[in-house]
Amino acid sequence: MTATADVTAALQGKFPQVTARASGDHPAINAPLADAKALLAVLRDEFGYDFLVDVTAADWGVEVSPRFSVFWHLYSTKDGAYLRVAADCVNDVEPAAPTVSDLWPAADWHERETYDLLGVTFNGHPDLRRILMWDGYPYHPLRKDFPLAGIDTPLPDEEVGAITGATAKPVPMAGGPFVAKCGKMNLSEAEPRAKDESWNEAREKPASE
Amino acid sequence: MATEYAFPDNAAKTADASQEFQTEKMSVAMGPSHPSTHGVLRLNLDLDGEIVTKCDPVLGYLHRGDEKIAENMTYNQFVPYTDRLDYLAPLANNVAYAIAVEKLANLEVPARCQAIRVICCELARISSHLLGLGAFAMDVGAWTVFMYQFTEREKLYKLFEELTGARFTTSYTRIGGVSRDMPEGWTDRVLAFCDQFLPILDEMLEMLTRNKIFTDRTVDVGIITKAEAIAYGLTGPNARGSGVTVDLRKDRPYSGYEQYEFDVPVGTKGDCYDRYLCRGEEMKQSVRIVRQAIKNMPAGDYYAKDAVRIFAPPKAKVLTSMEELINNFMIVTEGPLMPAGEVYFEAENPKGALGFFVISKGGGVPWRMKIRSPSFCNLSILPKVCQNNLLSDVVAILGSLDFVMGECDR
Repeated sequence: MTATADVTAALQGKFPQVTARASGDHPAINAPLADAKALLAVLRDEFGYDFLVDVTAADWGVEVSPRFSVFWHLYSTKDGAYLRVAADCVNDVEPAAPTVSDLWPAADWHERETYDLLGVTFNGHPDLRRILMWDGYPYHPLRKDFPLAGIDTPLPDEEVGAITGATAKPVPMAGGPFVAKCGKMNLSEAEPRAKDESWNEAREKPASE
Repeated sequence: MATEYAFPDNAAKTADASQEFQTEKMSVAMGPSHPSTHGVLRLNLDLDGEIVTKCDPVLGYLHRGDEKIAENMTYNQFVPYTDRLDYLAPLANNVAYAIAVEKLANLEVPARCQAIRVICCELARISSHLLGLGAFAMDVGAWTVFMYQFTEREKLYKLFEELTGARFTTSYTRIGGVSRDMPEGWTDRVLAFCDQFLPILDEMLEMLTRNKIFTDRTVDVGIITKAEAIAYGLTGPNARGSGVTVDLRKDRPYSGYEQYEFDVPVGTKGDCYDRYLCRGEEMKQSVRIVRQAIKNMPAGDYYAKDAVRIFAPPKAKVLTSMEELINNFMIVTEGPLMPAGEVYFEAENPKGALGFFVISKGGGVPWRMKIRSPSFCNLSILPKVCQNNLLSDVVAILGSLDFVMGECDR
């Protein structure tokens, strides 16, 4: 079978819980997380989606449940068709998803990156280390509760940190770009000085500096 | 740089007196500041003599959190950040990003804008491939090509400067168009560049294609099979060098690429030499596309006029008309208002397929923006392809993969 636009209908025979997902461009499907891996294997072997473009996740916000969704983008090198597969993570605190690095080696680094930046654990991944941030970094920066300025963190090299007393400091944001947030806009909040997460008019500059 | 560690079987080997030349196991950190790692890539290599037994790339030295930044600024504000992804082809990144957001906004740009963007992409491809080729040649011992290509790139940067006002960080596109039309006579100068470039390119390629030293270093080195290239998500010349006939300009034409005639060079073996040949040929095809685009340059606008709430109005109008002033203020402060939705767009960039996955909840700021960078995906094959190769071949493989860390680490 070749990749077609109505892949949802074709899939529903095997995976009845698959539904079509709203998408601005390519066909997209929602799948339950438990089925995701089997589904992706079927898509690869029977539907011709042989190329894994991307694995990523999104954080829908701290109060939202399910909080995390994992996305797989597939491409068919024969038909030139894309498909997006999305699955919601069951656990909001410790999100997890099955690895597809055994189906596509390409997923290895994508999953490491998603784990690094969003904290989604990929079960069965052979080597789930951080890839962009350093080993031992305590946070997942792309989560919505992580501030844009960053958080005061010990240096990657403990020895250097102990001797110099230096830490990875948040970035001062006063004078930075006009920073906006998604959703309802409050223009005075978007003003650069108001966005400064270290100090501003409302919060005194720390005495130590 | 090299730290020795005691492998348990080392002692056994030393005891064997019949082995006059023994190999020693050691682990070497290659990079992050190493001439052939083209930036700040570190490879932790385990060596057995000169053979690489394990290669563990360490990334992230250039991680700037571009995706986090994108979530906190308007769609237009992010354009300059795209320059800094693949900073050897900023124009192509600008175009890829703009098209992705325009897809979200359901916005059609005029034919003239599309043609300008195609010229930009192809000139960026030439400049990126030139550097890739020159650096690759230098890594395997041929200095001259590097000098030749820098001269040519300088001419290209002059053209970029004329078009965009900047040599390197161009920020040329806007959501719904480009920032300004081409200056008068610019296309003639581009054509003049193309005319003088092709003979020089041939000369450069002649210096390498049948060069004994170059072929010895690259032929049959770092072979990536077609199946491996697909499994590891390779795109661009690296995938095509392995015989994967994927070129998004042909398979999923965007920005009017379907109007142009060009060939997609594909390798047979997938070694470093094939990847080099593909890049060389691609530059010639880019010249072909540029010439066609200039020849058939449509008249009209360089931005989508109907996109009043997205594309900032001309400065002269902002300063004279109240409506336009308010409009401009809203676009700058709130950002161009976008509908909610999810789009994924990939463009065929010099290094491979650069993709933007934009999740919008409406408003002027993306909720999540994932950047799928070709260098990141292309490098993920390194542990596999470097294994059981000579240490000196690692240098050739890195050069032939032609990656940029700014894009890889984001």
